[in-house]
Amino acid sequence: MTGVADTRPGALAVRGLRTVFASPAGPLTAVDGVDLDLAPGEILGLVGESGSGKSVTLRSLLRLVRPPGRIAGEVLWGGRDLLGLRPGELRRVRGREIATVFQEPMTALNPVLTVGRQIDESLRAHTGLDARGRRARGVDLLDLVGIPAPATRLADYPHQFSGGMRQRAMIAIALAGEPRLLLADEPTTALDVTIQDQILKLILALRARLGMGVILVTHDLGVVAQSCDRVAVMYAGRIVETGPVAALFAEPRHAYTRGLIGSVPRAGGERRPLLSIDGTPPGLGARPAGCAFHPRCGFATDACRREAPPLAAVAPGREAAGREAPGREAACWHHAAVAAAGIEAPVPEPA
Amino acid sequence: MLSAGYVLRRVLQMVPTLVFILVVTFVLVRLLPGDPLSAIGGDHVTDAQVAQARAAYGLDQPLFAQFLLYVRRVVTGDLGRSIVVQVPVWSLVGERLPPTMLLSGMAVAIGVGLAVPLAFASALRRGRATDLAIRAGAQVGLSMPVFYIGLVLLTVFSAHLRWFPVGGYGDGWGDRVYHLFLPALTLGVSLAAVLMRSLRAAIVDVLGAEYVDFARAKGLPTRVILLRHVLRNALISTLALLGPTVGSLLGGAVITESVFAIPGVGRLMIESIYGRDYPVIQGLTLSLAVTVSLAFLVTDLIQASLDPRVAR
Repeated sequence: MTGVADTRPGALAVRGLRTVFASPAGPLTAVDGVDLDLAPGEILGLVGESGSGKSVTLRSLLRLVRPPGRIAGEVLWGGRDLLGLRPGELRRVRGREIATVFQEPMTALNPVLTVGRQIDESLRAHTGLDARGRRARGVDLLDLVGIPAPATRLADYPHQFSGGMRQRAMIAIALAGEPRLLLADEPTTALDVTIQDQILKLILALRARLGMGVILVTHDLGVVAQSCDRVAVMYAGRIVETGPVAALFAEPRHAYTRGLIGSVPRAGGERRPLLSIDGTPPGLGARPAGCAFHPRCGFATDACRREAPPLAAVAPGREAAGREAPGREAACWHHAAVAAAGIEAPVPEPA
Repeated sequence: MLSAGYVLRRVLQMVPTLVFILVVTFVLVRLLPGDPLSAIGGDHVTDAQVAQARAAYGLDQPLFAQFLLYVRRVVTGDLGRSIVVQVPVWSLVGERLPPTMLLSGMAVAIGVGLAVPLAFASALRRGRATDLAIRAGAQVGLSMPVFYIGLVLLTVFSAHLRWFPVGGYGDGWGDRVYHLFLPALTLGVSLAAVLMRSLRAAIVDVLGAEYVDFARAKGLPTRVILLRHVLRNALISTLALLGPTVGSLLGGAVITESVFAIPGVGRLMIESIYGRDYPVIQGLTLSLAVTVSLAFLVTDLIQASLDPRVAR
């Protein structure tokens, strides 16, 4: 998949994305050579722990990273490199072609402007509608995301909405420009579980109805399993494994993914001890040489300590035998051993 | 949006403040040593004449009775008569207040007009030469006494360049604005320095807010982001500073009016304190206190209309 970039409208191809923050202690690399592909209308889950670089990756796509952050690489959107666009051109992509939803609607919505005003300004920037048309469209958008009595709620301020309603309102604002791709940065993390479920179902329904693609950043594997077509796992600024959700969950090919999946309790199955990943993720300024995961990995060998494995296609393993499992990639020297170990058995402690 | 209930509540809050001001002005004036009649008469009056005059002005009554009399008059709109110049205090204040108000209004306009663009320029180029230069300038503006700034402006623009008059008030609105420009600039520069520092900090703070990122992600033009999202939110905290600043602005006006020979309340205040002219001092203090209270009211109402979370 890190081959030829898909240049169809609505397709995204990220190549060699690097986001570096200058700091007094030297440059901190938050995103370290990320490649991603997204077909039009696809939902991709971007998973990782806090500090893995998943949110910075998402924000880098539309150049929303603040100074002193610097972004390098290519973000090909329908064949156009977003990183090379002039500010005016980028503004026409933001909100109109690619929209963004943030984690915490309480801080992402402007507290002193009504929800109606915040929808209106997007419509004004991206459509030719007159004031009356924008108001009607605002009502439609709130209705689309399931806010009751939308015509009266337009005049409300964000603090007058509940948490779930606020997230719906933010999604409505994001949809104002009729985007082909929605970037969602942990849209459900700040919500309680029943509301999480509603918001995910809403995003899925909107995808089906509007045909837009979605990149969903989350640390919650349950969210990925419930809503994504494909998943990319990030660790220490890199993609360590990608693949279709079902195949990747059934047979992880990277020790980190295996640890993540093994650490999630499953309902219904036989009771067994949960796997855990020892240690903590490395800080931005203290990435180990070689594979960044090796100090926490039971499969690690000298090769892992010496050289970082590239993200490369891996053959379908035993779980997927006889079935097509395209698009499986892992950045692990020992992906075959990881696959063979399965997700049930505990692994040896790191040496 | 402002609710009628909020406005009403906010106006009612002024009542205890005003009562307190009445008490304080009344008491403070009487704590000054000496009294108006000895100040007027000097050595040439007899004790009997003084006693007669004191009775005429009610100064022989107990303090509490004097206070009640004072409050009853104030409530009916009577601030009394000047003991020294023998005219109603109202007409004195009415004559001297407009120049001071115009001066303060122009100073606020100049202060805000300078502070907003400078704060933006400084906050948006944080840590660079522009920012450092603007902040250094503000520091100088803050550390220089108002009368000194006034004298420098007078020397340069009036004495050397002869662009502006050296003082006075002028006739007609255009002429008055012209006469008051330099003194207003004097006050406005100090005000701008105070406001700029606060506004710059607020803008830096707001620029880091997530809703600014969200506004960028929406693809809004930079101008809209800066004015609607950044300035509006940053002004809310700075406005809280503007109310109290009007108080010190009136204090600064006293000095500025002396430097520029403007017939405002500042000079009247100084004259009446020398003359122990109780009714005038009380009336002036009261009008100034009411003015400051009104300034607080107006800034609070503006703040509430900018921030829906306040007006609940």
